Amino acid sequence: MNSFSYNKAYDVAEAVADIQEHEQGKFIAGGTNLLDLMKENVMKPDHLTDINRLDLADITENEDGGLRLGALVTNADTAWNVLVEQRYPLLSKAILAGASPQLRNMATNGGNLFQRTRCYYFYDTTTACNKREPGSGCSAINGINRIHAILGTSMQCIATHPSDMCVALAALDAKVNISGPNGDRTLEFADLHRLPGNTPHLDTNIAQGELVTSIDLPPGNFTKNTFYLKVRDRQSYAFALVSVAAALDMDGDVIRDIRVAMGGVAHKPWRRRDVEQSYIGKVASTENFRELAETMLTGAVGFGGNTFKIALAKKAIVRALNEALKTGENL
Amino acid sequence: MKNDTTVLEEPFRKRPDLPDYELVNLTINGQSFKLKLQPWVSLLDAIREYAGLTGTKKGCDHGQCGACTVLINGKRINSCLTLAVMKDGEAITTIEGLSDGTSNHPLQDAFVEHDAFQCGYCTPGQICSAVGLINEGRANSLEDVQELMSGNICRCGAYNNINAAIMEVKSKMA
Ligand SMILES: Cc1cc2nc3c(=O)[nH]c(=O)nc-3n(C[C@H](O)[C@H](O)[C@H](O)COP(=O)(O)OP(=O)(O)OC[C@H]3O[C@@H](n4cnc5c(N)ncnc54)[C@H](O)[C@@H]3O)c2cc1C
Ligand code: SF4
Ligand code: FES
Ligand code: FES
Repeated sequence: MNSFSYNKAYDVAEAVADIQEHEQGKFIAGGTNLLDLMKENVMKPDHLTDINRLDLADITENEDGGLRLGALVTNADTAWNVLVEQRYPLLSKAILAGASPQLRNMATNGGNLFQRTRCYYFYDTTTACNKREPGSGCSAINGINRIHAILGTSMQCIATHPSDMCVALAALDAKVNISGPNGDRTLEFADLHRLPGNTPHLDTNIAQGELVTSIDLPPGNFTKNTFYLKVRDRQSYAFALVSVAAALDMDGDVIRDIRVAMGGVAHKPWRRRDVEQSYIGKVASTENFRELAETMLTGAVGFGGNTFKIALAKKAIVRALNEALKTGENL
Repeated sequence: MKNDTTVLEEPFRKRPDLPDYELVNLTINGQSFKLKLQPWVSLLDAIREYAGLTGTKKGCDHGQCGACTVLINGKRINSCLTLAVMKDGEAITTIEGLSDGTSNHPLQDAFVEHDAFQCGYCTPGQICSAVGLINEGRANSLEDVQELMSGNICRCGAYNNINAAIMEVKSKMA
């Protein structure tokens, strides 16, 4: 790990100001991703602004009936919050499918959004990687790429975003509240993460020094029929090969509204609103789910080691939607 | 519980070439420590190498094994992925703090009784993690215990006995 200076901030303004003073400064929340990468010399901030004392550790109800998740609430406290469990079981299940109980006690909602890819070459500073070192090349495209992306890739980078929580947040149309040197702004969740294109070193559309203060969940009807399916190499404490956040709002056996977001397949949680829309008003049947899955994977390309993910993702979508239907029957 | 403060002015792993020491107050197992350390010292290294409490183990140093599990305000965390400076003023419990000085914590006895270890390297982390699991109150079955203990890897594969020990303590408490 490189040496760095360190400062504790006590409010949002102080945190935003403190980081401005350092070109390579980083906020530190739980530290579970940042310190891991610093130990590998993949990230080398010259300064850390500790944001753990900011007053952003509450979950509160919004006037519109939705919930506001403070950026510093831990993943564990979010997943096991009564209101989250009741109103957004999909989010609760997705968080609990990730990492370990110890890590979830440390990981924060803000930090989870900005965790970086688990691409092996990104972690290995002896190899070429455009994300770590722009212009050096991508070792994964012709290398070992079992865990890599099949959708939205570029010839510059085929990394995936590894978060489970973000897949549920994408499905639920969350919003991200941000404070920065130029004031406050709000981003739709779909606009937070980006595709690699020619600038894979940029994971998100957040500027250096911008601080996420909270995440808003809109009120919604996805309380009954939801399921988070995570397919991985071991049953627990492993990242997803493919994951699916499925949510249905049912009127009898007809789909009133539907959400399908995929993890482990792209540089951001993958959703196709156009495909979802075309199933509104249709019957929730395995046949329709299969057709939907097929369309969602249009354009998918494998790179050898990860080609199996195309078939896996289709089956995972069908199973997640069927499980979501069943979950509702038991309530 | 001891109340005297141990001031460690000269940590034995001091790096004199690097400036910027921070003074960090940690209460570990009820005892207060003032540690002079640099900001990049992990909580795990502070506990082991500065405070000299070597019960907590370093396995991977990357959050992947659970050997470094300690409790902060009753909650289990991986001490390798946090900095000592970030925990200034916090109360930490390590494996050394579970016994009351005369008798073992029930989980310690249950681990002995169930032969829940072989080499013993993962054991301090397993026991601290199990204390955290019981505090959380979310594990209601063997399957739950298995899932919620998955953050602790045992290279010797003593899982069946570890789970049996935890299940026994849980059932006695219920
Ligand atoms: C062994 C292991 C297994 C894991 N398995 C999974 C898994 O299966 N699924 C999964 O989803 N995750 C998994 N994780 C990742 C874990 O969820 C993330 O490391 C965690 O969510 C990051 O949160 P943090 O608060 O610790 O972030 P930090 O490490 O503190 O920060 C991460 C990044 O976010 C930035 N940041 C933090 N807070 C803010 C803020 N409020 N505003 C702006 N920027 C901010 C930091 O500057 C930093 O760049 C695993 C991690 C480990 C170590
Ligand atoms: S896939 Fe992306 S992160 Fe991985 S080696 Fe290629 S450029 Fe780097
Ligand atoms: S040493 Fe901390 S998890 Fe392995
Ligand atoms: S007892 Fe040897 S690693 Fe668990």
